[in-house]
Amino acid sequence: MNPNSAPNPAMGHNNVPKMTARDVNVFYGQKQAIRNVSIDVTSDNVTAFIGPSGCGKSTFLRCLNRMNDTVDGARVEGRIELDAQDIYAPAMDVVQLRARVGMVFQKPNPFPKSIYENVAYGPRIHGLAQAKADMDNIVESALRRAGLWEEVKDRLGESGTAMSGGQQQRLCIARAIAVDPEVILMDEPCSALDPIATARIEELIDELRGRYAIVIVTHNMQQAARVSQKTAFFHLGTLVEYDDTSAIFTNPRETRTKDYITGRYG
Amino acid sequence: MRLLIAFAMVLALAGLAYLAGRGRANRLVLAGGNRIGAVHSRPVYHGAYMAVLALAPALLLLAGWAIVGENVIEGQVVATMPAASQPAPGNDRVALMNEVRGLVTGDLPQAFNPLAPVLAPRYAAIKNNLDLLAGALAVALLCLGGLWGYSRIRPDFRARNRVEAQVRVLLLVASVVAIITTFGIVLSLIFESIRFFRMVSPVEFLTGLAWSPQTALRADQVGSTGAFGAVPLFWGTIFIGAIIAMAVAIPLGLMSAIYLTQYAQPSLRKWMKPVLELLAGVPTVVYGFFAALTVAPLVRQLAVMLGMVDASADSALAAGLVMGVMIIPFVSSMADDALTAVPRAMRDGSLAMGATMSETVKKVMVPAALPGIIGGVLLAVSRAIGETMIVVMAAGLAANLTANPFASVTTVTTQIVALLTGDQEFDSAKTLSAFALGLVLFMMTLVLNIYALAVVKRYREAYE
Amino acid sequence: MTALQPSRLLSERLPTDWESPAMRARIAARYRAERNFRRLGAAALVIAASFLAFLLFTIVRDGWSGFLRSEARVVVTFTPATLGLDPAAVAGPQGKVLLARADYLALMNEAALTLGPASGTLSDAAWLELRERLVADPALLGKTVPVWVPVRSTIDLLAKGKFDLAAPADSRGVSDREVAAWRWLEREGRLRTNFNMAFLRNADSTEPELAGIGGAALGSLLTLVITIGVAFPLGVFSAVWLEEFAPKGRLADIIELSINNLAAVPSIIFGLLGLAFFLNFAGMPRSAPLVGGITLALMIMPVIVIAARVAIKAVPPSIRDAALGIGASPIQVVFQHVLPLALPGIMTGTIIGVARALGETAPLLLIGMRAFVTDVPQGFTSPATVLPMQVFLWSDDVQRGFVEKTSAAILVLLVILIAMNSLAIYLRNRFERRW
Repeated sequence: MNPNSAPNPAMGHNNVPKMTARDVNVFYGQKQAIRNVSIDVTSDNVTAFIGPSGCGKSTFLRCLNRMNDTVDGARVEGRIELDAQDIYAPAMDVVQLRARVGMVFQKPNPFPKSIYENVAYGPRIHGLAQAKADMDNIVESALRRAGLWEEVKDRLGESGTAMSGGQQQRLCIARAIAVDPEVILMDEPCSALDPIATARIEELIDELRGRYAIVIVTHNMQQAARVSQKTAFFHLGTLVEYDDTSAIFTNPRETRTKDYITGRYG
Repeated sequence: MRLLIAFAMVLALAGLAYLAGRGRANRLVLAGGNRIGAVHSRPVYHGAYMAVLALAPALLLLAGWAIVGENVIEGQVVATMPAASQPAPGNDRVALMNEVRGLVTGDLPQAFNPLAPVLAPRYAAIKNNLDLLAGALAVALLCLGGLWGYSRIRPDFRARNRVEAQVRVLLLVASVVAIITTFGIVLSLIFESIRFFRMVSPVEFLTGLAWSPQTALRADQVGSTGAFGAVPLFWGTIFIGAIIAMAVAIPLGLMSAIYLTQYAQPSLRKWMKPVLELLAGVPTVVYGFFAALTVAPLVRQLAVMLGMVDASADSALAAGLVMGVMIIPFVSSMADDALTAVPRAMRDGSLAMGATMSETVKKVMVPAALPGIIGGVLLAVSRAIGETMIVVMAAGLAANLTANPFASVTTVTTQIVALLTGDQEFDSAKTLSAFALGLVLFMMTLVLNIYALAVVKRYREAYE
Repeated sequence: MTALQPSRLLSERLPTDWESPAMRARIAARYRAERNFRRLGAAALVIAASFLAFLLFTIVRDGWSGFLRSEARVVVTFTPATLGLDPAAVAGPQGKVLLARADYLALMNEAALTLGPASGTLSDAAWLELRERLVADPALLGKTVPVWVPVRSTIDLLAKGKFDLAAPADSRGVSDREVAAWRWLEREGRLRTNFNMAFLRNADSTEPELAGIGGAALGSLLTLVITIGVAFPLGVFSAVWLEEFAPKGRLADIIELSINNLAAVPSIIFGLLGLAFFLNFAGMPRSAPLVGGITLALMIMPVIVIAARVAIKAVPPSIRDAALGIGASPIQVVFQHVLPLALPGIMTGTIIGVARALGETAPLLLIGMRAFVTDVPQGFTSPATVLPMQVFLWSDDVQRGFVEKTSAAILVLLVILIAMNSLAIYLRNRFERRW
């Protein structure tokens, strides 16, 4: 990996794909969950994966930072690249990959630690802060970017699990941001939240756009339309259609996409 | 034996009652034209109802007689003697009656107490009469109950509901046995302990540093009344069960559980779990034999190598080590449960940050599972301090207050066994002290268990 | 924490340089820590497993020879005069009885003299073999035949190579005369090793070569019959009541608390209960399987209750609703539908509980089942001992011959227990139903 080729996220607006996937197949034991998916993800966009439950969109998302490695019996074929580097190559370091490609889960999963320690967890294991002051800075900036700072600045020592669901999810986003990743994967981040908390997270995703490449899995089409610029429609483990969000929702090419969007199934 | 025949007879008569009741109900069904609802309950229920009415009082009577009968007979036999020559209740009387019984059954060819041959025929006669009386009463009760039941069989009699109510009572009675057992334990321990504490003050027992329950031969010897300071026993119990054994079991059990839950292939896990369960089923006497025959000599050799010439053959270390090995499967399975109860999302969250598995385990999983692990360890401690055979076979009887693992210490359970086997003297402080030790042990494990179960329960609820 | 301007902070932070030497070294160190931790876990598992493998190894090493015994060939002339028999009477109707009562000990002593230097090597019970031979075949009377009879434990151990003959005579535990006698027998080809039926058949004895586990095994069986007979119905009924009928309230709470606590009470406490209540208060017989069985039943009842409750709880409510819906009474629902479906789980719990009772020693020590019983127990109230207790008693014996007997008895006990537990695990895996 050449440090010069690592794009500065602040630069944004380039058309070089941040991540590319080519002919990806995923198997759980004998069962094939993903068939021949090829897709490019760019830095300056929020990319949404939509599709009915069980269509493989979450499975595919978990391939992008190799979280499928933690599932017994999962096997990934094909090629997935981050900045033109094969992430499944033996030379690729999973620890480093996951630091660069962060993830936010469906259910908020703060660690049973204080708010401060939750955010400091990543920088600490990766050794990103030398002194206490550095760590304080990182924690503060991550919480500010996640829009949580004003709410929690006086109770950083309290347990992260004692917050409301929406706050917990924003804490998890802050936790992901604190490592300063290049890509953030979000696996239905609002499905466990109420509408107000959902709106707050959607605003946050919009604010983070441009700084990080964001991929969000959602089964809520309105949400995809609201937050994303690109949308991929998955069905039965295949990528049916991938285009600008506006195009997908106004003028889908495939009938299956159209049927799904108009609510025929899903 | 006679009692057994009586039981069998009562059961057979109850069977007859069942047949009679069912027969009568069957005839009613036929008389009612075999329509559904003509007779409320099916004939089997009528039969069963009648059998229960016949059986229950008779069985209760016989069971009661089986328990108190011997005492009643003894009382009657003793009452036939002139008041002056009656033996005092307690040891003398028990010994005398044992000889009398021995003479009657023929187990004892010759009695030592001259009274015994005199009493033997009286005993036989009284026992014969009273047993017969009890049997006759039982049969009478049975017949009365049965007849009453028979008379109640009518088409509209709700026999099924009655039988089911009786079954519910039976279920309830079975459940109450657990309470009775608990109370039985508490009462028998407290009762005997009170007798002990009349002879030895509780303060001395709980705080005294010297333990030598053997009564001395000469009155001027030190501790001629025996010394009952149990602190060295408590220390030995904690030293072996809670310190040495846990020093072995906690790291090995916890690391095994971590490896099995986080690293091992599913196939290895599939094999190791039943193997661990099988190991948990190895009898403690086997571990004790292993400790005494194999481990203890090795530990002694080690001590000699380290320069302790007079190293003890029954060291605390040998017993503690083997007890630790015995507890490993238990700690491992408790830790396994606690770790698997941590939501997978927690683990994934950490891994997705780029943490390695060991960082995830150390910084997220174990802290999150800590209450469950601590609860499991407390249960393991409770099991270790109550464990008997390993320490009986491998630990010593010398009550030393030492922290040297190569020295010999003794434990509460070892002493209970030592005090209650061999030649027992009734009502001596020596024998009764075993019950006081049992009471302390019971309280210790009870507190540990209640606390540990509460911790584990709260922990499980936190993640449900 | 100093409140800095967020915008300045954000722009100041440079992207992490993952390729810097410091970061590379750090990641390498983290991977090393990961590998070490993983090795530590594997090591823990291996250490625990090797402890137990070592235990099993020593027991098998010491124990397998306990199933064998050494026998010496003796040429015996069944002289009627020595036996005190009248050949004419033997042919008569009372023949069998006379044959059984004859003086085989004298015959054995006479025959032993033919062994010369090894005349003192035969077991005290060697004459039993002669009786067995003659009773089986009365035609041998007056004839001379070779008979294989058991030898003393010391000779047996010499034949099995259990003594270190290089050690000085006074510390090796066997005298020169015995060694010489054994050498003579070996040289003459008069020694053989045979399967030790007596070990499986006999009861306890002071002589290692005669001691067997038959009495203890029967004692265990009698005790377990009582245990199962008491604990199984009590346990299942309690579980049914608690799960299906108990009204929420104090009584159910107290019962549940009692059961949970009884499950964790040290086994020796149950021994104290047995001693104080069954023996001293109720006056039941000492050392009897009846008392031992009831004591163990109280001990394992909580195990059965807990397993049965889990199994009953696992039966889905829809089954109950279906039966209730066609007019079955609650009792009928439980006994005709719920219990049959829960049976595999209940059996698993029961087998595990019974296996625990079979391996239990401590409570039985206190109610006197450590008596030295040289006869196979006659019934539920006669003195008996049980397998683990036999192990304990022999392990205490100073005679060297008992070491292999102890280990052999452990092997028998372990085989039974492993079979029971495997059955339980199999039942659970086979019938574990996911609704």
